[in-house]
Amino acid sequence: MSQAQETAAPQPAAPRPDAGKTGATSRGQEVLREIMGGGVVISVLAVLLAFIVGAVLIAVTDPDVQKVSAYFFARPSDTFQAIWHAVGGAYQSLFQGAIYDTARPDFASGIQPLMNTLSVSTPLIFGGLGIALGFRIGLFNIGGQGQILIGGAVAGWLAWSFPMPFPLGLIVAILGGIAGGAVWAGLVGWLKAQTGAHEVIVTIMLNYIAFYLISFLLRTPGALQAKGSNNPKSPAIPTGAQLPALLGTRYAVTWAFVLAVAAVVVYWWLMNRSSLGFRFRAVGENPNAARTAGIGVDRMYIYGMAIAGGFVGLAGVNQVLATNTGGFSSGFDAGIGFNAITVALLGRSRPLGVLIAGLLFGALQSGGYLMQAANGIPVDIVLIVQSLIVLFIAAPPLVRAIFGLPKPGVAPRRARRALAKEAKA
Amino acid sequence: MTAATPAAPRPSTGPIALAVVRARSWKVPIALSVFALGAVVLFIGFAAKGRTDFRFSQSSDFFRIPDLTVAAGPVAVVLAIVAVVMAAASWAIVVRGRRVHPWFTAVFAAVFMAGFLTWAAAGEQLPFTALLLGAVTLSVPLVFGALGGVIGERAGVVNVAIEGQLLGGAFCSALVASATGSMTLGLVAAAVAGVLVSFILAAFAIKYLVDQVIVGVVINVLVTGLTNFGYTSILSADPEHLNRRMTLPNLPIPLLSDIPIIGPVLFDHTIIVYIAYVAVAAVWFGLFHTRWGLRVRAVGEHPQAADTVGIDVNRTRFWNVSLAGAIAGLGGAFFTLGSVGIFTEQMTAGQGYIALAAVIFGRWDPIRATLAALLFGFATNLQNILGIIGSPVPSEFLLMLPYVVTIFAVAGLVGKSRAPAADGKPYVK
Repeated sequence: MSQAQETAAPQPAAPRPDAGKTGATSRGQEVLREIMGGGVVISVLAVLLAFIVGAVLIAVTDPDVQKVSAYFFARPSDTFQAIWHAVGGAYQSLFQGAIYDTARPDFASGIQPLMNTLSVSTPLIFGGLGIALGFRIGLFNIGGQGQILIGGAVAGWLAWSFPMPFPLGLIVAILGGIAGGAVWAGLVGWLKAQTGAHEVIVTIMLNYIAFYLISFLLRTPGALQAKGSNNPKSPAIPTGAQLPALLGTRYAVTWAFVLAVAAVVVYWWLMNRSSLGFRFRAVGENPNAARTAGIGVDRMYIYGMAIAGGFVGLAGVNQVLATNTGGFSSGFDAGIGFNAITVALLGRSRPLGVLIAGLLFGALQSGGYLMQAANGIPVDIVLIVQSLIVLFIAAPPLVRAIFGLPKPGVAPRRARRALAKEAKA
Repeated sequence: MTAATPAAPRPSTGPIALAVVRARSWKVPIALSVFALGAVVLFIGFAAKGRTDFRFSQSSDFFRIPDLTVAAGPVAVVLAIVAVVMAAASWAIVVRGRRVHPWFTAVFAAVFMAGFLTWAAAGEQLPFTALLLGAVTLSVPLVFGALGGVIGERAGVVNVAIEGQLLGGAFCSALVASATGSMTLGLVAAAVAGVLVSFILAAFAIKYLVDQVIVGVVINVLVTGLTNFGYTSILSADPEHLNRRMTLPNLPIPLLSDIPIIGPVLFDHTIIVYIAYVAVAAVWFGLFHTRWGLRVRAVGEHPQAADTVGIDVNRTRFWNVSLAGAIAGLGGAFFTLGSVGIFTEQMTAGQGYIALAAVIFGRWDPIRATLAALLFGFATNLQNILGIIGSPVPSEFLLMLPYVVTIFAVAGLVGKSRAPAADGKPYVK
């Protein structure tokens, strides 16, 4: 356990392409193999593979497929037709619910699902950035749920306790949300720095503590509970502090999405351009070397967790000031803290990667609901596909073995034979 | 060894004076003081009124122990004072450069708990036996999960997938037991499900060298998705036949179950609970007194050394992670066959993560991890019972208690916890 954080960032398990070994082959082949064996192809294939497994699950549990497969050997074409119908229909709904609904009359309403996807993606991007930042320092932050709850609650409390005109109230609430998440996560960094407490355990425990704390405050009059209400629910957010719609009220997407894109840029600048980010990455690569080089590793853990918590806190801000503007109850984190982990893993903790991964998972989620409504396929298939994508991406050798791709840096023929041997073993 | 080597040079004059360095740890006194302060604030600041009635037996018991009724206010105040005195004594012990003995801490905890129960249940009847019984029952899945965690981590594979193993076990036990009508097959299916989940963990962690914590977390999401999917599209599709309510019968052990307090608390349970007792003893004995245990620990502490003496590191890890999965999966059957009888979505509700905390709290030791699991079970049940009789403490704070205690424990108050040296590190020759 103690060493887990040092290797927490997902890294391709295969060795990097070695220039020395490929000297004999031509430049063009080398480039081609680089692409075929590289991260992009593996990512695309991993997504494809996960969708194939999802299709198998859909087909196996589909009642029509089960009915006609009873006489599979008499008329196999019926079975294949039923499978095509079940899987094709499901993935068509997924597309229509996530990107563009071809059944709607005009483009403006057809594009509504895409706008919905952007809005669902927003908290995933915020959360993913926070988790990704942790990975880059070698910290595994499972405490997204707690940081979202605390950040969101602080933002909401500021919003209705100090009503202010439009941009001011919003800015105060957002800053409060960032601070809330930062303090809650910074506590983890502080404990790790002071006592060596493992951040995985502490963040899990703080999730529960945050949940019960918010539950208690939501049912306590004078704390977070709406005045004159008996339900464990907060007051509505005043309009001065709400995140306004980005493209009119017809679409679900709000300014929070713009904020999320800005956060991606901030993350990029922080990690790739600032000296703090350089120190973060140094600690993540090798804490001992970083310490020898004079970097205060303990302090980096505290700063890193706090900044990560700030990013995750923004997801809470989005939940409170954009999604649940009518008031929130204790489950407003909606599992984003855990989904953000998969987003960060899929995005390989890179800014652009997290953005794309957030959009992909947002699309899967918003499409999943239509798939459930239209085809009766449980929305949980999205969870399965998501987790399979991450598993496959984390194990490039497995994906290469399944698709018979060459190992990077090895002559193709030899590689195929070696892989075949590996697959047999 | 050293006795047989007289060649070692010895100083000729007098005994050697060794410099003694005592590292004073202030963590225990600080923690005890925090609790003592809490006791003073609660028991004296919010003084309890009325009497507390501790009930030890039910009318149906063979032997009956009379109820204990005390005046809540004065007793709680006295116990608060005892707690303060003990906290002060712990400071004195550390100032003199000695360690605070664990028993001292245990007695302090008992005093604090007695005071808390007296104070919180003032004016009510506190069913003491039911409190302990519920603690044992609620801790059973945690014990199974923690044993699975201990074996996995002792072999050098971090088992974050306990949650997935429990959930998979719960799902498959309900599915198979209701489909076949045999609860024995249900138990077997639970273990098999745990092994299957472990295979994923082992394949990705050992063969593909993916970070084990990441694999564990992702597996938990995957199993959640799979069981939710299976619940909606398989179990709910055929409600008369599948996922019927089936619970294992209680098997009271003759004589032992008639002992007051201990009998109903420990010896009147379903077979799963007895399996848990046996499993704890077997894992403890196996890990520390058999060749298998030595190999597991060698592989987890120093894989290179184990490899040098001819132990196949990755194979040992693979099969022990599978064994861990079988144990944790069996614990999953407790949620269905052992208690409510049917499967519901996400019914393990994060218990696997609590079991993981118990592993670390228990310092990777099966007995200590079991005690940690019991503590978590006790805290949960305390909240249940105080919720029924009405307590002055908001239930959310009681629910928080185990998690706060774990953070304190992980932060080192119970002692520095040290994982097996090669825990979480893949072994590549």
